[in-house]
Amino acid sequence: MTDAIPTLARASSLRLTPAFLVGAALVGLHVVVGLMTLLWTPYDPTAMTGGRLALPSLAHWAGTDRLGRDLFTEIMIGARIALAVGTGAVAIAAVIGVTIGLLAAFASRTVDDVLAATLDILIAFPTLLLAMLIVAASDGASLGTAILAIGVAASAIVARLTRILARRVLAMDYITAARVSGTGWLGIIRIHVLPNIWPTLIVNFALQFGLAVIAEASLSYLGLGAPPPNASWGRLLQEAQATVYTAPFGAIAPGLALVSLVIGLNLFADGLRDVADPTRRRR
Amino acid sequence: MIRGAAILAYVVRRTAILLVSMLIAAAVLFLLLRLLPGDPANALVSVGADPEQIEAARRQVGSDLPIGAQFVRYLGQLGSFDLGASFVSGVPVLEEIGRRLTLTLPLTALAFVGAILLALPLGILAAVKRDRWYGGVISVVSQLGVAVPVFWIGILLVTAFAVRLRLFPSSGFPTSGWRDPLAALHQLALPIVTIVLVMSASLIRYVRSATLDVMGSDYLRTARALGAGYSEALVRHGIRNGAVPVISILGIELASTLLGAVVVERVFSLPGLGSMLLSGIEQRDYPSVQGVLFVSTLMVLIVGFAADLAQRLVDPRLRGTSGGRS
Repeated sequence: MTDAIPTLARASSLRLTPAFLVGAALVGLHVVVGLMTLLWTPYDPTAMTGGRLALPSLAHWAGTDRLGRDLFTEIMIGARIALAVGTGAVAIAAVIGVTIGLLAAFASRTVDDVLAATLDILIAFPTLLLAMLIVAASDGASLGTAILAIGVAASAIVARLTRILARRVLAMDYITAARVSGTGWLGIIRIHVLPNIWPTLIVNFALQFGLAVIAEASLSYLGLGAPPPNASWGRLLQEAQATVYTAPFGAIAPGLALVSLVIGLNLFADGLRDVADPTRRRR
Repeated sequence: MIRGAAILAYVVRRTAILLVSMLIAAAVLFLLLRLLPGDPANALVSVGADPEQIEAARRQVGSDLPIGAQFVRYLGQLGSFDLGASFVSGVPVLEEIGRRLTLTLPLTALAFVGAILLALPLGILAAVKRDRWYGGVISVVSQLGVAVPVFWIGILLVTAFAVRLRLFPSSGFPTSGWRDPLAALHQLALPIVTIVLVMSASLIRYVRSATLDVMGSDYLRTARALGAGYSEALVRHGIRNGAVPVISILGIELASTLLGAVVVERVFSLPGLGSMLLSGIEQRDYPSVQGVLFVSTLMVLIVGFAADLAQRLVDPRLRGTSGGRS
């Protein structure tokens, strides 16, 4: 291999792995469609525009639902809801998780042990169950509680990752040098810890985004997500299951939309990891 | 027997950790359910109840006490295996959980065994034959599989095997229960396959990477240099080494399947632990929700305990070290 100096050209060619491109394209498509629904949709999402449970046609690309609403319109709006929940949940998980993870990394041995044990127990709980618990304890399900619940559940995972990464950095000799030369702990976080750990964290955020999309769909499938008329993919699938004997197609299209977004996010995360961590490239 | 003594010492230490974890879990559950808005007493009174009725309900539930006293009371109840009675049906929660587990436990156990039987050979195959087309196909399919939510797989299986082919029922559980095992299994076939598929997707990836690690190891090369054939070396040295990380993943997978049964039970309308939790949430039946969550957490912790123990038994190097994970 002629990898003497990693040139800019090579770095940019790495970004263009086919998997990463496919991932970015899938995510980009969903973002464009999601944003577009703010301005325009093929039909009014609440209007009865055709026969009930119609098969896909030129007028209705994904058919219609049990009330005769255009399913393609609802799926487009579902993209917006999925992206909103993912963005909100990851933002919450990032703020809470990184803060707690850094605190644990800097804390005394005892505090760190207790935090680590608590995080392990929280992580042993699947995200979905923790989210159900929070939705149950709050007053009724809404888009807000779903975002909050999924975000809080994911923050335990982010916290544990942050703690492990930060402790690895803090064990370095240059941290001792920084401390001796009088850098405060806030300075150490800003100058040394965050720049070293953010690439790994960003990759994890992309994966958490995908998990949040699945968690939101599962919550709405269980009837614990955003209430109607929010056309979450999970709720579309739940409604389609009721009519699966007469109109099986409705149970397929929203699922394809969901899976394509999550696969896109996973490929995107893999691509980011290859850029962030050069040791993985040769695998 | 030094080896026996070391394992015994480990079991004692790990049991202490298990007990402390149970206490922390009880505290976390208690706090989560108490600190969030909404009084448990609300479940007992109808909308628009007058203050006296609400106060009486609060006394009955115990939510009028200070939070510390509530926690002590709660721990005392747990200590005497009392999970309270359902607000809705009045049936003791522990009794109801016991009945529900006769469905959820066999469902999870059968799916778990099925997933291992499917994922181990496929994962190893994907690693050993990674240069052949089918090795690649296994990897890609398992990669795609982790992006599919469990309930959609369930719905697709219902569409294919219940609606189209009419081979299996789409939902429900026979009232005869396990007295007619064949009918019960026929009914549980699609739910089991659903869990097997979801579980295998992630399991295959772990088995594949564990196998790849083993294949790249120095001890395997040494064994080969000493004259062992490839498959002989892989079987004699690889399985035990590769098993260590896979066992801990199996523990996590089993735990999340136990709890993930919530969704699968909803897809197939099965009266298990998950549907008890879900209806508890919908009806604001606090004792049921709290009871199911506590019992599930116990099961998760015990599975983790068993997985750690199994790891020690397989890997002698781990036996001297303490139980904490970092």
